[in-house]
Amino acid sequence: MSDAATAPRGPAWPGSVRFRRPSALPGFGLTFGFATLYLSLIVLIPLAALVLRASGLGLDGIWRIATMPRVLAALQVSFGLSFAAAAVNAVFGLVVAWVLTRYRFPGRRLLDAMVDLPFALPTAVAGIALAAIYAPNGWIGSLLAPFGIKVAFTPLGIFVALVFIGLPFVVRTVQPVLADLDREIEEASATLGATRRQTVLRVVLPSLLPAVLTGFALAFGRAVGEYGSVIFIAGNMPFRSEIVPLLIVIQLEEFNYAGATAIAAIMLAIAFVSLLAINLLQAWSRRRFGHV
Amino acid sequence: MTRSAAAGYTDLVDTVAIRAEGLEKRFGSTPALTGVDLSVEPGELVALLGPSGSGKTTLLRIVAGLEQPTAGRVFFGGEDATFVPVQARRVGFVFQSYALFKHLDVAENIAYGLRVRPRRLRPSRAEIRRRVADLLDLVQLSGLERRFPSQLSGGQRQRVALARALAVEPKVLLLDEPFGALDAQVRRDLRGWLRELHERTGHTTLFVTHDQDEALELADRVAILDRGRIEQVGTPDAIYDGPATAFVAGFIGESVRLPVTVTGDGLHIGQHVLSIATTVAPGPASLFVRPRDLVPAATRAAGLPARVTGVRRAGPARRAELMLGDGLPGIEIELPADISVARGDMLAVQFRTVRLFSA
Repeated sequence: MSDAATAPRGPAWPGSVRFRRPSALPGFGLTFGFATLYLSLIVLIPLAALVLRASGLGLDGIWRIATMPRVLAALQVSFGLSFAAAAVNAVFGLVVAWVLTRYRFPGRRLLDAMVDLPFALPTAVAGIALAAIYAPNGWIGSLLAPFGIKVAFTPLGIFVALVFIGLPFVVRTVQPVLADLDREIEEASATLGATRRQTVLRVVLPSLLPAVLTGFALAFGRAVGEYGSVIFIAGNMPFRSEIVPLLIVIQLEEFNYAGATAIAAIMLAIAFVSLLAINLLQAWSRRRFGHV
Repeated sequence: MTRSAAAGYTDLVDTVAIRAEGLEKRFGSTPALTGVDLSVEPGELVALLGPSGSGKTTLLRIVAGLEQPTAGRVFFGGEDATFVPVQARRVGFVFQSYALFKHLDVAENIAYGLRVRPRRLRPSRAEIRRRVADLLDLVQLSGLERRFPSQLSGGQRQRVALARALAVEPKVLLLDEPFGALDAQVRRDLRGWLRELHERTGHTTLFVTHDQDEALELADRVAILDRGRIEQVGTPDAIYDGPATAFVAGFIGESVRLPVTVTGDGLHIGQHVLSIATTVAPGPASLFVRPRDLVPAATRAAGLPARVTGVRRAGPARRAELMLGDGLPGIEIELPADISVARGDMLAVQFRTVRLFSA
């Protein structure tokens, strides 16, 4: 690199992070400053306020709330079901994206537009609709009732609602990558003797993995924070089908602000760690499978 | 050491002839190929040459099994392969865009065709490793087995693609514009290298190109395609020196087409008359002229008078741009070292070769 020769700007400390680098793409200072300010105003400051408020309880106070059986149960419901719903969306969202990208059929555009509906619909409306359909006397609920399967007002109902709201994330992240995938790669695989199944498993899916993981992370994050659609279908029974956001709202209604912020801070911490883990996995998969 | 690896590899090759009979291909209502017959002898290297849209890639893809012909048959050796699926044809296909698997490293890319085989046909891990090493040696990429395609140059990627195609011991090798995406210098290097590789491995090879220098230099025989038809098949010499149709005459070499008229007393070029005997029927005709077809005439009376409109250097040669008359396209002549002309001069020229076709 000729960096050293052309940029004698101050001593280069070995191992230190250098922010300024002469670059063909100017505007680093301006955009970096703007990005930092924007993230601070929109994300960091509100979250810091949340943590500050919660810290009034002290670490042992937060720990006491975190280990309350009802809070533990709610955390398990929220994160467990969000993970399951995101996993299901990763698989079936991929299938939907595949069908929409790879095949031409009447009504494709309509189906494509429908994918975004969970984005647009007020979540409460979605929750009420799902609850009505999956209730024991609803369209689908009445079909399932004879088999003893109850969906509405059980954790299964929460799962259904989270799958509903998370679907667009995976479809919309995978779709463009799939559309850009070079058909010749698949043809090359076929000329080398691979069956269609082998081509999909060994060539297509690895190329899509980074996008699928991104979609998974988005769907997971959205599901953890989801409130509106879930409370209408969950039944909201403590220890069984009560999600963390609802628990926070209950604390607020009892004017227990410290408790609410503590639970929120705990939730935030777990969500952050989960998303960080997914992002690291995603970065790894991009390095491993996404060599572009 | 390269030679011994190649020799070991050559033992495996069991290459066959390719024969296409009456191939037709339509995309919707547009015909892409009409009545194409072509046969390639075992071990022969044949180029499919034509302008874009001439159907050469479609022909190659039909031979590979990537497209189905609307009519006609494809034979590999004596076997009718028309309805054999691409997976079972055992063709080595190299794409213009390389089509390497980006998530696999070089060694894994090359081993891919062996690894996807059913268990009873799959070589052992040690055997696969050995064969990958041999192939890397053959394509002169030893030491790069752990690189990913994104870490290779264009020429290296193309050689990986070729090694990957050779790994499955193909019956025939099919190359679609193999050097199309590379710059001129790399193209020339790879050309010589491919020729050498072909001599060593001896695969029946069909390759598509739009670059006539490449086709003429590399191929044992060249097939010229235009608008879905084969115009001429022949050795590079036969194609270059004896174009069979007006299209080939105009397409090969730096030919300029002069509209002329054939009458009983000779050839009318603009206002000049060239008295030569020709088998072309009287009437309008096309005369194709390349720079080396013309020489300055010994005497003014023996040649056609032409006006020099420019002189320029083309590599080792000097060329003059000439006008034979108003309304005729300019032609070029290669100047001998002892003749110097300038723009505006008159130069008497005579034809060394006359390539004349009925218009």
